[in-house]
Amino acid sequence: MQYEPWEPARASDIIAGLTHKEGATLLMLHALQQAFGYVPQDAEPMIAQALNLSRAEVHGVLTFYPDFRREPPGRHVLKLCRAEACQAAGGDALAAHVETRLGVTFGATTADGAVTLEPAYCLGLCATAPSAMINERVVGRLDAAKLDALLTEAQQ
Amino acid sequence: MSLRVFIPRDSGALAVGADDVAAALLEQAHARDLPVDLVRPGSRGLYWLEPMLEVDTPEGRVAYGPVTPADVPALLDAIVAGAPHPLRQGLTDEIPWLKRQTRLTFARCGIVDPRSIDDYRAHGGYRGLERALKLSSDAIIDDVVKSGLRGRGGAGFPTGTKWRTVAQAGRGQKYICCNADEGDSGTFADRMLMEGDPFMIIEGMTIAGIAVGATRGYIYIRSEYPHAVEAMNAAIEAARRTGYLGEHICHSTDSFDIEVRVGAGAYICGEETSMLESLEGKRGTVRAKPPLPAHKGLFGRPTVINNVLTFSAVPYILDGGAQAYADCGMGRSRGTKPIQLGGNIKHGGLFEVAFGITLGELIDDIGGGTLSGRPVRAVQVGGPLGAYFPRALFDTPFDYEAFAARSGMVGHGGVVVFDDTVDMAKQARFALAFCAHESCGKCTPCRIGSTRGAETVDKIIAGDRPAANIAVLEDLCNTMKFGSLCALGGLAPIPVLSALTHFPEDFGLAPRRLQAAE
Repeated sequence: MQYEPWEPARASDIIAGLTHKEGATLLMLHALQQAFGYVPQDAEPMIAQALNLSRAEVHGVLTFYPDFRREPPGRHVLKLCRAEACQAAGGDALAAHVETRLGVTFGATTADGAVTLEPAYCLGLCATAPSAMINERVVGRLDAAKLDALLTEAQQ
Repeated sequence: MSLRVFIPRDSGALAVGADDVAAALLEQAHARDLPVDLVRPGSRGLYWLEPMLEVDTPEGRVAYGPVTPADVPALLDAIVAGAPHPLRQGLTDEIPWLKRQTRLTFARCGIVDPRSIDDYRAHGGYRGLERALKLSSDAIIDDVVKSGLRGRGGAGFPTGTKWRTVAQAGRGQKYICCNADEGDSGTFADRMLMEGDPFMIIEGMTIAGIAVGATRGYIYIRSEYPHAVEAMNAAIEAARRTGYLGEHICHSTDSFDIEVRVGAGAYICGEETSMLESLEGKRGTVRAKPPLPAHKGLFGRPTVINNVLTFSAVPYILDGGAQAYADCGMGRSRGTKPIQLGGNIKHGGLFEVAFGITLGELIDDIGGGTLSGRPVRAVQVGGPLGAYFPRALFDTPFDYEAFAARSGMVGHGGVVVFDDTVDMAKQARFALAFCAHESCGKCTPCRIGSTRGAETVDKIIAGDRPAANIAVLEDLCNTMKFGSLCALGGLAPIPVLSALTHFPEDFGLAPRRLQAAE
């Protein structure tokens, strides 16, 4: 995934384009993360200012939702489903395999910056379990070999 | 004449390579100079056959699956020659798995092009809205009441009653909110409908808006469903362009518009008051009830909140189907229930059927047992907060009350199958750890109870005074059940206690005889 480098003027524009919406905080956070890959701390007072909220309120929202990152992600994000339907289809073993293979635990990015590993709690692909999402691409009926092939592709 | 081919764009099909099959098909067709009209509908819900390719024939659509890109050249030869092929499943509508269903809500899913409002109308779409526009608010709500429709999100609250409350809540801004935060593991019915028949959801929400006097609607979709977000946004745009959303819909005096809002990975936002907080741009913490959202909902205004499946049932009901809908089902559970078979299952997918089918029929006959080929040991019904049932309870019929009588719940209709390698103590621990992870933190029983519960299960697993710790766990579960503000803390004990009751041997206890729960 290609993201823009953090640029306050660009962030201001994104925020200004959404201030007319009802309850716009999440919209702004999503839009910023889509542009920059994460929501840096500097964005918090900007959103607070635009929506007449306290900075603490914006920080509270940002940190409540697991989707929002406060640090830039790796070049690829692998979200592996850890929920029950995937557990029933061998998901736990797959999770252990991917942690070993990447040398990171869930929530971390590989040392080379290639892959961020995140858990997902259901991708709605429960009849083709175990499943994952790599960037925005969904993959199902996973096994260790299929996952390795995806990771090899990502790490190149 | 060109060959009309259907390959789903449903994310469940994409996850197993539908796009690659579509690309191979177009390439092969081009190489043979064969004109092909490729349509990308939703999925029929027969996921073990995905990617499924269908071909239009004078007799109806013929299905082939599961297709890989490598199969495409020989498959295309067979189709053109009218010859047999090992992946040929016959006429799609005659596939027993599909034929046994009663498809009311999913009647169009997998058939129509979800990007085409004309295709939706050609298949009976918008007839319910057109009739609703001629009716009074009371008459619309009477139809919904008569159908016996109950909230399909899980709680089963009568939809007509909810609508009437909002309709009678005076004048001023009201809202329609569609809860599409389908977070329960093992459920994907909402996702399939959003991707496969999005106009039906829009139509149902629009009818609700007219009935209660609301002009604005939001559909809150979880971020894990990017394809559903794309499909709903495209459909909303198309509905606006053709006058089905916006000012004066269909040249009437009614106005209604919808906006998609995307969640951010918090399971709790599927709880309706937490969803409202999130829509307002706040932390997704649960609100105390009362006031009910019907009185004070989004931005403090009267709000109808229904699930995707509930809104989706409405167009059929308003198109003269209220009685037909009420005639399906059993007891107080009327109509059909889209059941989702997932996990370790041979024939997984979406099975819409009238209430009353038993769990055993679903898993053994329809699901074909486990994919691993090992015996089925446990089944979790109703998502992460649903009970684990052993084979001894497979005679339970799908019905809100029958499941409740056995300390389980139908919920959103997800059925997750586990084989005999499952460790039920681990599953019980996961239920509590998940609750701890997803708790909004507002009430103490859920916030602290879930963490202490997971620790207590760890002690039991480690053999640390199991009898004493099981007593602690049961006591803790009771506190969570009766003391939590919302269903997350209130229901998290269900999977835990069901695992303990039905699978005590996994907790290091002597197997006990099943206590008859009815």
